[in-house]
Amino acid sequence: MKMKTLNSYLSETVINMKPSGIRKFFDLAANMEGVISLGVGEPDFVTPWNVREACILSLEQGFTSYTANAGLYELREKISEYLFKRFDLQYDPAEEIIVTVGASQAIDIAFRSIINSGDEVLIIEPCFVSYAPLVTLAGGKPVSVSTFGEEEFKVNPEILEKYITSKTKAIMICTPNNPTGTVLSKKELEAVAQIAKRYDLLVVADEIYAELCYEDEYVSMPSIEGMKERTILISGFSKGFAMTGWRLGYIAADRVFARAMLKVHQYSIMCAPTMAQYAALEALENDEDVLYMRKSYQRRRNYIVQSLNEAGLFCHMPGGAFYAFPSIKSTGLSSEEFAERLLLEEKVAVVPGNVFGQSGEGYIRCSYASSMEQLQEAMKRIKRFVQSL
Amino acid sequence: MKLTEKETEILEILEEDSRLTPETIAKMIGLSEEETKKLISGLEEKKIIVNYATTIDWKKVDGHEGVTAMIDVKVAPKRGVGFDEIAERIYRFNEVKSVYLMSGAYDLSVVIEGKTMNDIARFVSEKLSTLESVLSTTTHFILKKYKHDGIIFDHEDKDKRIVVSP
Ligand SMILES: Cc1ncc(COP(=O)(O)O)c(C=O)c1O
Repeated sequence: MKMKTLNSYLSETVINMKPSGIRKFFDLAANMEGVISLGVGEPDFVTPWNVREACILSLEQGFTSYTANAGLYELREKISEYLFKRFDLQYDPAEEIIVTVGASQAIDIAFRSIINSGDEVLIIEPCFVSYAPLVTLAGGKPVSVSTFGEEEFKVNPEILEKYITSKTKAIMICTPNNPTGTVLSKKELEAVAQIAKRYDLLVVADEIYAELCYEDEYVSMPSIEGMKERTILISGFSKGFAMTGWRLGYIAADRVFARAMLKVHQYSIMCAPTMAQYAALEALENDEDVLYMRKSYQRRRNYIVQSLNEAGLFCHMPGGAFYAFPSIKSTGLSSEEFAERLLLEEKVAVVPGNVFGQSGEGYIRCSYASSMEQLQEAMKRIKRFVQSL
Repeated sequence: MKLTEKETEILEILEEDSRLTPETIAKMIGLSEEETKKLISGLEEKKIIVNYATTIDWKKVDGHEGVTAMIDVKVAPKRGVGFDEIAERIYRFNEVKSVYLMSGAYDLSVVIEGKTMNDIARFVSEKLSTLESVLSTTTHFILKKYKHDGIIFDHEDKDKRIVVSP
């Protein structure tokens, strides 16, 4: 029998998934010379040498086999101690922590373990691009909940509540947020927690940027009264520890959830890469560089936010991560037009805000994980571009 | 000397890149340009900021290859002035790049630069060993500089990240 068109073999879910809007800008920027990129969603620091060296040592010693499905026990123990020390959280390393292939895989197995067909997940936008597609792949329905620049992209509990239906299963939040840099205070987390309790919902909390929080002490969702059982905590080493390429993250959750997620993890991944786990162990043991990097980002944040405002793009002071999210509404351009013209005319790459959700329209994401030299030049070019409009 | 948090921040920033302007530094630490300038002048006056130098890999420049040696010097300290007087006698020579008082087997560590090994040999035999309180010297020539004052020479630090990512 003749084969049908290859497309017709594909899963409908996958066919209907939109490719990420980031791809387009990558293709544009990657083929240009002399581009200063503020479009990069990862640290500009190379992983600290002590961490890289620990990985090399583990290879020299021949640690090249699988680890336990949930990850090296010593690493889970260290993660547990770290979560307690830094965020006052208590998780049992034996049963409540799973080491994953980045926060990305952690989010995937979290959704796949809690979603029944048709369950709705409220996704606070603008946000990281993979939440909605992963909910869809798990058979659920992502429901966008907007936040607004006028409110510094904080979650508005009244708006959130309006989207709750009998099908709602969970709320997905991320603090500090990518792309807005917004950090939720204890009070603001409590407001979300209230709603979760009132409507009996789970919270999936992506706290991958928790180490990069510049103003107040970071407050973690599961540390809010009564929230540990309701929260699936997602975190990892990519951002604060400058380890994106290692692909190492983790989940912490009540053992009922952790056991379920471990089943999915075990069949799809077996375990996270062993050498990366040894590196992570060292990253937690000797973490002086984290403080140094945080300070460095904080100064660059201060610089870029003031410079953007001076260039005529209003920008709130983000409390964390390494993104500034200025409004470009005053220019009359759409986010995509602005980003595309800025790239073509001044060779500065930024990411248009709308790729992070409809409420990101009118904004652009500028990553300040770049050298001061690059940032200064980029700010000069952006200012010139805005004046030329 | 106890410094304010902002002063310490200025030092940390300038130590990494002394070319940053007061205007940029002001934005980084959240002060006005005027306040920042004042703090920087204060740090200069107090000699906490000693100078603004550039790290140069002279080895790459024809005719400037030069030779560097570290000399361990044992000295007899003098009553009243200890090691300070002899250290000063030594550090005033132009070819002397640094002088440290050391714990351990010898007393002063002297780094000197010259055009040739001969220059250095001459300096040690004619200038250094002849000083009255110098008891002995051991000269080590530096063959290659890998890292100097926290800076790795010949370090490839190209940005290896993809240009746009989520
Ligand atoms: C908010 C957020 N969550 C998760 C991730 C994925 O991180 P990982 O490298 O751990 O998969 C990113 C990376 O950009 C992110 O910004």
